[in-house]
Amino acid sequence: MFWIENSTRAEVTRVLDARLVEAARMVSSLVSKNQIALNRDGPAQITLSHDESYEHQQFCQIWSFTQGLVGRSNGAPRAQLVPADATGFRDVTRDGKDLRVYTIIDPDLGGQVTVGDSLAMRNRLVRDVIEGFLWPALVILPVMWGLIWFAISRGLAPLDRFARDLDARPSEDLRALPGTARQPREIRPLAGALDDLLARLAAARGREREFIAYAAHEMKTPLAGLKTQAHIARHAPDTDTREHALAAISTSVDRTDRMVRQLLDLAQVDSREARATSVELNGLLRQVLGDLAGLATRRGVTLELYSAPDAPTVEDDPLLLSLALRNLIENAVQASPDGAAIKVSVTTSGAALLVDIHDHGPGLPPEIAQQAGQKFVKGKGADANGSGLGLSIAHDALTRLSGTLSFEMRADGHHTRVDLPAA
Amino acid sequence: MRILVVEDDSILADGLRVGLGMAGFTADVVSCLEDARAALAGAEYRALVLDLMLPDGSGLDLLRELRAGRAGLPVLLLTARDQVEDRVAGLDAGADDYLGKPFDLDELAARLRALSRRSDGRAAAQISHAGLELDPGTRSAAFNGQPLKLSRREFAVLQALAERPGRVLAKSDLEDRLYGWDEEVESNAVEVHIHHLRAKLGRDFIETLRGIGYRLRPEETSPSRSASASS
Repeated sequence: MFWIENSTRAEVTRVLDARLVEAARMVSSLVSKNQIALNRDGPAQITLSHDESYEHQQFCQIWSFTQGLVGRSNGAPRAQLVPADATGFRDVTRDGKDLRVYTIIDPDLGGQVTVGDSLAMRNRLVRDVIEGFLWPALVILPVMWGLIWFAISRGLAPLDRFARDLDARPSEDLRALPGTARQPREIRPLAGALDDLLARLAAARGREREFIAYAAHEMKTPLAGLKTQAHIARHAPDTDTREHALAAISTSVDRTDRMVRQLLDLAQVDSREARATSVELNGLLRQVLGDLAGLATRRGVTLELYSAPDAPTVEDDPLLLSLALRNLIENAVQASPDGAAIKVSVTTSGAALLVDIHDHGPGLPPEIAQQAGQKFVKGKGADANGSGLGLSIAHDALTRLSGTLSFEMRADGHHTRVDLPAA
Repeated sequence: MRILVVEDDSILADGLRVGLGMAGFTADVVSCLEDARAALAGAEYRALVLDLMLPDGSGLDLLRELRAGRAGLPVLLLTARDQVEDRVAGLDAGADDYLGKPFDLDELAARLRALSRRSDGRAAAQISHAGLELDPGTRSAAFNGQPLKLSRREFAVLQALAERPGRVLAKSDLEDRLYGWDEEVESNAVEVHIHHLRAKLGRDFIETLRGIGYRLRPEETSPSRSASASS
């Protein structure tokens, strides 16, 4: 309020001061062009042509240094308002009225032209301006505020509903939001993006649930085997039966252990954020073969590595890559006849790398090879007590690495081929 | 009692063969549907223990085939998937019973005995005939109130004959029941068992029908207790 009055007053003062200057110059130029006849008998009558409401508020004196008052407008005081040598603005009081005057020296005339108006008028003007602005503002602003509030809340209502819907959702509800197509245009992209996110989350949750069900199911058969064999060992009528059961328990524990490891690997492959680093393939394979040496010895299988000559590297996630290779080679070991050799060779073709695993097992039936990506597809055969998990791990890991996996039965045996794209 | 087990996990399959054998069953084990079909075509089984997830398909397929053909064989499903809907699907496909893995071997044996006696139209777990009491669960026997010591094979022969009294069993039927695939059958093994049983139960307790087979003496001509005491 105070600020409004001050700034209004300053503005009014500036404008009216400018008009005083203008009026003074005008009068002075009229005098010099002799358009105001300054008679020697008394002050000339000067009309200041301004807008009416303001006109009679302005007055003017023409004061000659030699003859005194030589011209005045209506309403101008007869007394001298300013000292003879004064120029510019002044606030003076005459006849109990506060006046603001502007004086210029007119050399042609040999005197002063003083133009002024009343401060009371100025104050009224300020008040009028303030009232003319403020009262409407006081009425209009709340109305405006109400209108704006109403418009914004109406505009944001869909968002509020949206937020309420989301708040009310149970965490397991991952269905798409209802009526995305009916949402206002502004929030449709948001709703669409949320729907996409929900769909991705639902798919991930579904995969997780499927995996847990699968893992639980896969674990139950070996447990049933263990429980049955333990029962036999406890109630065996003779030593041979008991020994046989204990050996079966031992085998089953090893096998179950491998399965648990593979299930954990698979969960890791499916959920891991791949981090590519430079991997030296020969070294990685040496490590994998080292890990499998014990198993190979037990199965009477020899492992041979044919490294590429110039230590090729790939930009890949080392964990995913070693899991893929380990499971493929482990499968080859499991499938190999006693005394056979498995040859793992690395070759380069341009910048791409190729790992070939050559074994003498029966190979994969074509329908299995095609379904390699599906979990728990089992190879057939007495020794195929793997759950098909190894193949799933290799497939999933290589998919994450943009590598490819293929199987081929040739005259010299079975070949598993892993192609790794150029870094 | 000879049963067929269809289970592809080698450790569990071996456990079922040995463990059910200890419980008095003769169990043949196969690991896929194809072999199961061949086994069912080649021998007569009292019951079928069927795993659902097999390398060449679902056990439910075999179950539906069986029920579409000869209906009678009791089937017990073994499966790791024991959600209610899985059990319902299995039973509605024609299974008689259901066990979730891992299961207790004694319970499996008891359920197989129950299935078998139900398929014979009996409800009582004990078999009694003409003074003979057989308890397949404990494999204990009594004759005229006196405990009777029987070998595993003797018990099996007597049980086979007593399960449906009056029915004639050929020597080959008895051999089928007593011996699995992996056992050599002596050509006169059945005669030897019958001979031993007659020594324990009296000469005419088991009748021989020349060229047909054996059956138990019918109830109404059962001797007084004193007759058996004199033998």
